[in-house]
Amino acid sequence: MSDFFSSFRIPIGEGIDSALELVVSTVEPVTLAFSSVVEKWIDQVENFLLWLPVPVTVLFFAFCAWLVARKLGFAIFSAIGFLLIASMNLWPAAMNTLSLVVVSTLLAVLIGVPIGILAGISRSVERIITPVLDVMQTMPSFVYLIPIFPLFGLGKVAAVFATLVFALPPAIRMTCLGIRQVPPELVECAEAFGATRWQRLFKLELPLAAPTILAGINQTVMLALSMVVISAMIGAQGLGGEVWKAINRLQVDMAFEAGIGIVIIAIFLDRLLQKLGLRASSRWQS
Amino acid sequence: MPKIKVTNLTKVFGKHPSGVLPLLAQGESRESIFKKTKHVVGLNRISFSVREGELLVVMGLSGSGKSTLLRCINRLIEPTGGSICIDGEDITKLPPKELRLKRQQKFGMVFQHFALFPHYNVLRNAAYGLELMNVPKAEREKKGLEALERVGLDAWAKAMPNKLSGGMKQRVGLARALALDPEILLMDEAFSALDPLTRREMQSELLRLQHEMHKTILFISHDMDEALNLGDRIILLRDGDIVQEGTPEDILANPADDYVADFVRHADRSRVLTTRSIMVPASAVAVLGVDGPHTALRKIRHHGLSSLFVMDAFHTLLGLVREDELESMRLRGKRDLAEIMETDLTTVGLDVSLNDTIPIIASLPYPLPVVDDRNKLQGVILRGTVLEALGGNGCSDETGECTATGEQQ
Repeated sequence: MSDFFSSFRIPIGEGIDSALELVVSTVEPVTLAFSSVVEKWIDQVENFLLWLPVPVTVLFFAFCAWLVARKLGFAIFSAIGFLLIASMNLWPAAMNTLSLVVVSTLLAVLIGVPIGILAGISRSVERIITPVLDVMQTMPSFVYLIPIFPLFGLGKVAAVFATLVFALPPAIRMTCLGIRQVPPELVECAEAFGATRWQRLFKLELPLAAPTILAGINQTVMLALSMVVISAMIGAQGLGGEVWKAINRLQVDMAFEAGIGIVIIAIFLDRLLQKLGLRASSRWQS
Repeated sequence: MPKIKVTNLTKVFGKHPSGVLPLLAQGESRESIFKKTKHVVGLNRISFSVREGELLVVMGLSGSGKSTLLRCINRLIEPTGGSICIDGEDITKLPPKELRLKRQQKFGMVFQHFALFPHYNVLRNAAYGLELMNVPKAEREKKGLEALERVGLDAWAKAMPNKLSGGMKQRVGLARALALDPEILLMDEAFSALDPLTRREMQSELLRLQHEMHKTILFISHDMDEALNLGDRIILLRDGDIVQEGTPEDILANPADDYVADFVRHADRSRVLTTRSIMVPASAVAVLGVDGPHTALRKIRHHGLSSLFVMDAFHTLLGLVREDELESMRLRGKRDLAEIMETDLTTVGLDVSLNDTIPIIASLPYPLPVVDDRNKLQGVILRGTVLEALGGNGCSDETGECTATGEQQ
């Protein structure tokens, strides 16, 4: 039996290799162009965040926290948290990470929500997309880090792309779920009153799905943050880069400091988005 | 021309529904079709029509096809066969876009579980149909408010639906349908989810509104009392077939089969039956100027009565004479009944509900005379007749017996 398999081998690896070569050679110009555009966005966000004086940015985050959550405790936590990051001399790295996460999330929403809507509307789209999402979420990220180089170059965009592969699925899945959860009697009512498909989508399905979609985006942000260290391996810097450096030098203190920075950003973004989700529905959910 | 004319409407659920149509045409039963083809016949070649301004109740148990029927009318469910003409136009042939416009223009729908949009306030819910038609905001809010006023909820315009009670929610549902001023109202068990008291209240509300607006209403219900109370006409459905069609009184008096009779048995008849349907002819009367005390007494004794109604030659009810007073008159040798006639009689009209009649009869020492609008005697109502009518035996063919067993007249 083992003889049989040593002589007979299905060349999946070779196949993927040559397929990738073909893909790379044909779409490289496009992906590189995309890469430079996205890189500019990230840089702009990062430059803006770094251009502002640190106290102003900290106050701004604290104000955002208060504005969304209306809780003084959360605002104070945000202020202290970001001040702590600054005091650990991690401010530029943190802003780098934040801009990476923001741009990744934005792209995930831009791509994920429309696909999620389609999957929510059409069973066949859902059937095609589900296995793709399964692969995206379970394939170890190191595996697709390698082919990302030739497509997007080394650096932030490659990191964004790797993050997207990992963090996009929940945005799609939760949007699809949100649309499917709209009570059928409300859909029937919209139909009975002569709603067009667009009216049904924008006046009924999306508003009712909003809390679920926001929960999906929250997941996306969290997954994006969990990717920062891996992103650092393909040239993204930021807090992930600090952790990666510390690992290479076996500096526990430095690793922990950067790690705490990531946790603070994660808690800040998570609470912010959760509250946003609650506010989207608090007016009508009892 | 009827407002809605449904001809041979058929709905089959399954993978290849149209293949079942020939089997139905051959008269195969629902059961055998299900056994052979695994297709479920929801509606089996149903035909009926609704007049403009009529309130038709479609009534049946769950699974009888009544909700399917309603949804076929505006094609929320696509019929398998047959035609549905609204104002003479067959809407089963309309392409999607025109169907959508038709739904906006002609139909208002009210749902069993209200189906209010939780993310809109009451006013925006009420104006929803207008919003879909892209009516400018100021105008649709004005019309929405008017509709809310009609149902008495204008004060709640800014509230969210989750703050309302069930009855209020359904008022909003009704307002949402009315805001469009549709010609046809489709009401799907609209009051079934409400508690009995609120349900009664909403029924009266609907009748009041209908009295003002004269919409063509198709009302689905599984509650016989509701059907009898609301319907100008009632259609009874069972297993996708029409079992009986008629006015509430028709159905009460002559149930078509055991299924209907079973429905009717537990219904509250007192609201449906009218004086016209339960009165019996007066077994004897005296005519003023013709009959004297001798004749009157003979009539009384012959029929076992205790008093006698007096009319003129044109059947106009004039009064009542009693046996004891006739007797003393006879002894005194007088002839004119007018002398002893009681003239302040309690009477009722022809179309008074039994419900309203019962308290009158209870305290009356003589049978209740039923008169038309020119005060001509049409019949009388006896306590025994009322009890029999409420008991559900139907009284129309037992008239003679009713009279014979009549109380002391």
